[in-house]
Amino acid sequence: MSSIPEELSYTKEHEWIAGLEDGITVTVGITAYAAESLGDVVFVQLPEAGATVEAGDAVGEVESTKSVSDIYAPVSGEVVEVNQVVVDDPSLVNSDPYGDGWLFRVRVQDTPEDLLSAEEYATVTTADS
Amino acid sequence: MSRPTPLREVHESLGATLTDFAGWLMPLRYGSESAEHNAVRTAAGLFDLSHMGEIFVTGPQAADALDHALVGHLSVLEPGRARYTMICAADGGVLDDLIVYRLAAEEFLVVANASNYPKVAAELTERTAGFEAAVEDRSDRYGLIAVQGPRSQEILATLTDADLPSLKYYAGLPATVAGVEALIARTGYTGEDGFELFVAAGDAVTLWQEVTKAGDAYGLRPAGLSARDTLRLEAGMPLYGNELNAGLTPFDAGLGRVVRFDKPGDFVGRAALAPLKDIPPRRRLTGLVARGRRVPRHGYPVVRLTDGTVVGEVTSGAPSQSLGKPIAMAYVDTDVSEGLAVDIRGSHEPVDVVDLPFYRRSK
Repeated sequence: MSSIPEELSYTKEHEWIAGLEDGITVTVGITAYAAESLGDVVFVQLPEAGATVEAGDAVGEVESTKSVSDIYAPVSGEVVEVNQVVVDDPSLVNSDPYGDGWLFRVRVQDTPEDLLSAEEYATVTTADS
Repeated sequence: MSRPTPLREVHESLGATLTDFAGWLMPLRYGSESAEHNAVRTAAGLFDLSHMGEIFVTGPQAADALDHALVGHLSVLEPGRARYTMICAADGGVLDDLIVYRLAAEEFLVVANASNYPKVAAELTERTAGFEAAVEDRSDRYGLIAVQGPRSQEILATLTDADLPSLKYYAGLPATVAGVEALIARTGYTGEDGFELFVAAGDAVTLWQEVTKAGDAYGLRPAGLSARDTLRLEAGMPLYGNELNAGLTPFDAGLGRVVRFDKPGDFVGRAALAPLKDIPPRRRLTGLVARGRRVPRHGYPVVRLTDGTVVGEVTSGAPSQSLGKPIAMAYVDTDVSEGLAVDIRGSHEPVDVVDLPFYRRSK
């Protein structure tokens, strides 16, 4: 079973959000569960630094051998940094989804109310499988 | 509910990601599909293909019956040899692509795709009605395991006394493998040397485990449908439902050579196919290599880079391990061969046209 770190927040679309409680800049990635479901990730397209994103918008995509999935912005705000390392080596999404495989950082303007705790996200992955 | 193969518990114990494929519960991958793909290219891979259909055609007129039912010339096959062929509708559309083994003078094994074999069995029964031949779908009684890759002969040699070095490509040999009765066929769908082992369904688990044990020292690993698809795509092999369908003739697919007008007697599809023999098709199956990293996938439009005019459609696409770039097969208008792009979710990504196959093993 893939790991679901306690300290992170999650979306139903399998993004994780780190650093939400400080309310300034958060880091976003996709969960180990999502990475495992996708298979070997071969391409990651991320929003550009400086772009304004709305929570729920498709802002990028992850492509694996067999499929392609949208990446959704989990919060609204300004993209302040993207992880060029993962763009160059998309396999990091599989090997280290919560670490070097992070995707982008957003300076938060608005946080939706339906973000999930680790415990709540665990029920989403159980329902899926 | 998807049907499990006789190897379901083995797949589960190996931690496979299972998926529905053509109504069957099949292993998609066991771990990393890239690692499985590479194992087949450099060592060996082990596949469960028990979802394929095994249809037997037997009797004094079995050969003539197949010559009538299929587009190939099967009556000239020597016992022990196999041939790639197709079953076409009366209008020439491809109902399935098949491998036919002649096991004996009056016994043929027709291997059909999982999604099609009930239809193929029904068609064969109907088409052979006037012949002294019996058609029997024995798919439920068979397990099929494939060992594919450059080390496959060495691995199998540890499990059988059969004369593997003399077994030709597209030939089959009844033998005992790991104590199990099997038909060993030198066929496959990966572009590598390899074998397909037809066994009684009840023997599939034993054979799988023995091949796994024997293959360990050679780098063999189990491989799922995901690796099977990228391997066959690199090898430029058609997949029914992607490159082939009932709306296309063998000529449309660039496989007109399988239609044997020189055989005696009439066959289903002849009248429709004969006039097409010398007419160049509007589109041809083309190899595409993407310049970028986004993957052209099944159904995506092929467009002219200059003006966006749609000139084709992708039939299969995947990231290629061997080329390090996304590759695709597509039907493309015959008068265009450069300046192409694939419309990948709204963005026109440039591609280069290359000859098929993308990958050819070194002999």
